[in-house]
Amino acid sequence: MRAIRKKRLALIFLMVSGVGIAVGLVLMALNENINHFYDPSAIKAGEAPLDRNFRVGGMVVEGSVSRQEGLLEVSFDLTDFTEAVTVRYDGILPDLFREGQGIVAMGMLGGDGIFVAQEVLAKHDEEYMPPEVFEALQRAELARQQQL
Amino acid sequence: MIPEIGQIALIIALGVMLLQSTLPLIGAHYGYRSWVGLARPAARIQTLFVAIAFVCLLWAFLVDDFSVLYVANNSNTLLPILYKVSAVWGGHEGSLLLWALVLSVWTFFVSIYSRSMPDLVVARVLAVLGLVSVGFMLFMMLTSNPFDRAFPVPLEGRDLNPLLQDPGLAYHPPMLYVGYVGFAVPFAFAIAAMLGGKLDASWARWSRPWTNIAWMSLTLGIALGSWWAYYELGWGGWWFWDPVENASFLPWLVGTALMHSLAVTEKRGTFKAWTVLLAIFAFSLSLLGTFLVRSGVLTSVHAFASDPSRGVFILAFLVFVVGTSLTLYAFRAGQIRSHASFDLVSRENGLLLNNVLLVVAAASVLLGTLYPLVLDSLNLGKISVGPPYFNAVFVPLMVPLGILMGFGVLSRWKQDSLPRLLMKLRSSMVVSIVGAFALILLFAPFFSWLAVMGMVLAIWILSSLLVSLREQVQGGRRLLSVPRGYWGMFLGHLGVAVFTVGVTLTSMYSTERDISLTEGQSHELAGYTFTLLGLEEVMGPNYIATRGNVEVLNSAGRLETMLYPEKRDYFSTTMPMTEAGIDAGVTRDLFVALGEPLGNNAWAVRLYHKPFIRWIWFGALIMAIGATLAATDKRYLVMARKSAQAPAAGGVQPA
Repeated sequence: MRAIRKKRLALIFLMVSGVGIAVGLVLMALNENINHFYDPSAIKAGEAPLDRNFRVGGMVVEGSVSRQEGLLEVSFDLTDFTEAVTVRYDGILPDLFREGQGIVAMGMLGGDGIFVAQEVLAKHDEEYMPPEVFEALQRAELARQQQL
Repeated sequence: MIPEIGQIALIIALGVMLLQSTLPLIGAHYGYRSWVGLARPAARIQTLFVAIAFVCLLWAFLVDDFSVLYVANNSNTLLPILYKVSAVWGGHEGSLLLWALVLSVWTFFVSIYSRSMPDLVVARVLAVLGLVSVGFMLFMMLTSNPFDRAFPVPLEGRDLNPLLQDPGLAYHPPMLYVGYVGFAVPFAFAIAAMLGGKLDASWARWSRPWTNIAWMSLTLGIALGSWWAYYELGWGGWWFWDPVENASFLPWLVGTALMHSLAVTEKRGTFKAWTVLLAIFAFSLSLLGTFLVRSGVLTSVHAFASDPSRGVFILAFLVFVVGTSLTLYAFRAGQIRSHASFDLVSRENGLLLNNVLLVVAAASVLLGTLYPLVLDSLNLGKISVGPPYFNAVFVPLMVPLGILMGFGVLSRWKQDSLPRLLMKLRSSMVVSIVGAFALILLFAPFFSWLAVMGMVLAIWILSSLLVSLREQVQGGRRLLSVPRGYWGMFLGHLGVAVFTVGVTLTSMYSTERDISLTEGQSHELAGYTFTLLGLEEVMGPNYIATRGNVEVLNSAGRLETMLYPEKRDYFSTTMPMTEAGIDAGVTRDLFVALGEPLGNNAWAVRLYHKPFIRWIWFGALIMAIGATLAATDKRYLVMARKSAQAPAAGGVQPA
């Protein structure tokens, strides 16, 4: 009996410590890899961090997409119709990227207030609006109405 | 006229499903033999009517009947036939109809291949499947009817989303759904067994082939999706830990655990309560996946515009299914007893550890997937959890699983000893460590500890499988007489080894670059020279494309291949589409995609060199073949034949 109990105890101990380690790993990894979302108004208000990745979303301002002829690097403005932030990106833009389209970019904010994107996210669907962008636009709309 | 027939067929099917889900249950409880006997015919009739509805919708697509709103929104007269067929499930309403059809077909097969089971059990299983069908039919008919009419009737359809105009749409969703929905069968078996109060080895034996086939389809469905996401630009590559991808991976992980725990329940009569719980979880996660994908609550690269009110219905359904099954479990779990005992080092404990690792992995993926939703619903801010989280959590959990796999295939039931196992696997250990170092040092472009670790695991799994195969054929047994169940395990694990090689080498040694190229200009990547020879206009059936002619020379200066990436403009939309040019190979893929014109005759071009990426999907294919072999093992066929010879043995008794 004693031997069986000892074995059971050992097994339970093994599993509990295993799960404990897993939970620790999970929480640590989660803490380090959360990307917050900020809309252009929040960035202009200085709420966004400078030293870590986050996501920004909004509508691409008409006429703001510019690049030097023949070069990959591109810059464009994202707006929630209250404030706008300039995004710079060195890579291929997704097919659904267009002026007037709602998009989400992920990257880091530079000290000069320009957002350097590592990734510009594409969607499967022309009518699809990322939920964050939709809400950011609504928030900005509400703020404007309150000012009036 | 045809759409009305489809509509009526759906209503009739719903009515028959209601009968199928209630009368046999009541009959089984009170011992009404004739009510119990209704289950099979009802299951077959409702399948027929759902199939009729599906064919009606298909017909509407083939004849361009734009008076059906769903067809008008998802098709176009210019659409090629293949895409008209796959457009049937290209949108929300149609994909729900496909879901319902797949569930009905599973139900149909259960009604056919269940002769070995007592009528009472069959009645309960089919009734539970009927309940699930009723839930989905209501969801479809109340919130997203595929046969809704369009007024006024448009002259031309709005076309299928160009991103979906790909052969991938023809095979990925149906395969995935067969897998997702297939987990409804072991779920129904588990619920039926709890209702009947009889959880024994035969219950596990009945469930196993069904679970294997569902798992096989889910494996293939995920692999096909991964392949599609790889060649579609902007979908994040072969695996992105995107919420929608995770939604399909969660039932896979728990389903894998379920397959292994069913083995213990069948062979040793233990783990019963745990197996039941896994069966409930696997199907609940399938429903959760449907909810996540179909409700639009997630930010995903694979998300489509959708109506959030629909999500509420699936969520309510999910809560109902999970709630009732767990309540039933709470009442019955106390009566489920396992008697067999086993040692610390034994196959039982090995499989237990396997289950713990897989379930913890599933839980951590679930946490990362739902965390943003939870924070958002509590108004704690918008966040997203990126791939680094999943890699950091998932990989450390899979390494011990891989090590365990080597010991597991050789371990004995009930009692084993670690020294015996270590003795048997001595050479495997040496071979895997030496082999991995040698391969990486000799052939890899640079040394990496992670690559060595991945290769050690792959060779370890492979070599321990070979040791176990030698054990099987000891004593003069021929390879062909080794049971299929064993071959199923062999191939399942071999697939993991192949998959591990693919993932390791692709993640460590891929090169990707976005560059700007003018005509005639070259770029070197991983020893290959890519030259953009020229660009030309080509016409497709419903698009016009700019095609790049890209010549690839290998390091010896000889022509490796020509690649023809395209940028397509579809007539029906303003959105351009990228078709990558890919040269597939056993040891590497070369990939070229056109971005956009940059002015000055230059184009944005994306170049990939992906070593061993095919092994990822090839590994999944081997796993799927393994699952199929295991499901067709002789003992299941013998079981079916035996009972066919002695029909209706036992009769109906009140439970």
